[in-house]
Amino acid sequence: MRVTQGTFSFLPDFTDEQIHTQAQYAIDNGWAVSVEYTDDPHPRNTYWEMWGHPMFDNPDAAAAVFEVNECRKAHHSKYIRVIAFDPSPGWESIRMSFIVNRPKDEPGFRLIREEKEGRSIRYTIQSYASDRPEGQRYG
Amino acid sequence: MNADAKPVTVTGAKRYSAGVMKYAQMGYWEPDYEPKETDIIALFRITPQDGVDAVEAAAAVAGESSTATWTVVWTDRLTACEKYRAKAYRVDPVPNSPGEFFAYIAYDLDLFEPGSIANLTASIIGNVFGFKPLKALRLEDMRLPVAYVKTFQGPATGIVVERERLNCYGRPLLGATVKPKLGLSGRNYGRVVYEALKGGLDFTKDDENINSQPFMHWRDRFLYCMEAVSRASAATGEVKGTYLNVTAGTMEAMYERAEFAKDLGSVIVMIDLVIGYTAIQSMAKWARDNDMILHLHRAGHSTYTRQRSHGVSFRVIAKWMRLAGVDHLHAGTVVGKLEGDPATTKGFYDIFREERNPMALENGIFFDQEWASLNKMLPVASGGIHAGQMHQLVHYLGEDVVLQFGGGTIGHPQGIEAGATANRVALEAMIYARNAGRDYMNEGPDILKDAARTCTPLKQALETWKDVTFDYTSTDAPDFAPTPQVSQ
Repeated sequence: MRVTQGTFSFLPDFTDEQIHTQAQYAIDNGWAVSVEYTDDPHPRNTYWEMWGHPMFDNPDAAAAVFEVNECRKAHHSKYIRVIAFDPSPGWESIRMSFIVNRPKDEPGFRLIREEKEGRSIRYTIQSYASDRPEGQRYG
Repeated sequence: MNADAKPVTVTGAKRYSAGVMKYAQMGYWEPDYEPKETDIIALFRITPQDGVDAVEAAAAVAGESSTATWTVVWTDRLTACEKYRAKAYRVDPVPNSPGEFFAYIAYDLDLFEPGSIANLTASIIGNVFGFKPLKALRLEDMRLPVAYVKTFQGPATGIVVERERLNCYGRPLLGATVKPKLGLSGRNYGRVVYEALKGGLDFTKDDENINSQPFMHWRDRFLYCMEAVSRASAATGEVKGTYLNVTAGTMEAMYERAEFAKDLGSVIVMIDLVIGYTAIQSMAKWARDNDMILHLHRAGHSTYTRQRSHGVSFRVIAKWMRLAGVDHLHAGTVVGKLEGDPATTKGFYDIFREERNPMALENGIFFDQEWASLNKMLPVASGGIHAGQMHQLVHYLGEDVVLQFGGGTIGHPQGIEAGATANRVALEAMIYARNAGRDYMNEGPDILKDAARTCTPLKQALETWKDVTFDYTSTDAPDFAPTPQVSQ
């Protein structure tokens, strides 16, 4: 399967040039670009690991692409995403988030059904990969 | 305006002699009045009966929507009646519309109960709309002072927190209404939900008249839909939702349905406008208390919003709903099958999404409006739209919107999942192109064609719906600007 979180997961995987284009759009809007990685792609895993701080004063997307590649070197078999923070009043949250690296093999998620009273079911989603400890999940 | 008439407020004991007096002489026409910062201001389009003076008609509207009755009453003198009288302070002829006038009326804040749309509307659109001296009356816009705005909860979740909960940023959300809207069993209904969400949509939606009918009772629908939502979420790694319509005959039944939706893990519930303002506010409070996104379908609004001479403009309904506290509200597509002139629709979207609305007559916005940090509502564009229009949709409606392709998903020749994928790929390609600085409005068809090279479902969607447009003249366009129509 393919985890399709993020703004562009239905497009073919981005080249570095394409990552540059989108990161530059964020920078030109005044947003701080940041790189994060994880080996737990659960849809509600909010806090991926930060690859350094958001690049608040960086005017050039080349630096963001550089950090993506540094992160890839260290975490090539994990999910890596680029996100953009907008600090303006009334928003103060993320404006973009797109995956730029993913494991070769994505085993996907198990759906656990806890059968309750009546016909009610409580659903739990669990990544097959997260059965193994952090750091040993992909490749 | 009407310099000959010059009605003047009668003062002193004569004002309260028993009998009938012109509204404009009773204190409801005050041309020198300067509205206070805390006044609520209403702008009405009035069409007086033949022979009725426009100023007298405006004063009558002010009177009948505040303290007046048809005759003088001495009990006025037991009150601070001058404060409680609404004051018509300006009457302008409507451009290019003989016989119609814009009447500006100011109301003191103390005329209204804090935090109650029902109370506001009972005055502003109460008896006055049946008042005989007027042929027609339309509430065009309102200025809601910050002091009043702050007495409301506002949208339960708001655009920013909704995106955080859904883990979805940087592009419009995608949805589809399950079709056929009536007749599917719960099991079959859930099939549509599963296919559409797995294919790439964020949301599916009950239609406004899906409640609990003999062919599908509500519990069945909720159970099958949440199976579908959970399966799709596991298949994609994304947060998915389906708007479970909890509209019912009583508040108790709506709460029961909403609680069940919550127990099953739904992120969103839905209500219809026809449940009424108080019920909407109650559900907004419930949604805030239960971490639930609240979708409002504007069923019934066209009975009073569509005609320009009589009723209530949708921009006013939009303001009331932002106060009342819904998160999603349908607001037009510009290019689809339902009413929606581009300039007027922009005005609606601004009311939903902006921190403040400056006066913009070309968009039908007559007043500066401060929203005082009330959450923003997410507009929903639905009705006769398809993937081939993606460049126009992104251009007219922007990024913070739910694009709902019902027929444009389910009617895909290769099935529902393919229809959903076509829409998602078209959208992501268009957002990519926009961010990359391309002239996507003009190059839209080429951008879609390029994206279709690696996406057969999109290629098929473009071929199927390539010529479908709905190009009719809008009935509700602004009075102050030329009214461009979308031609393709």
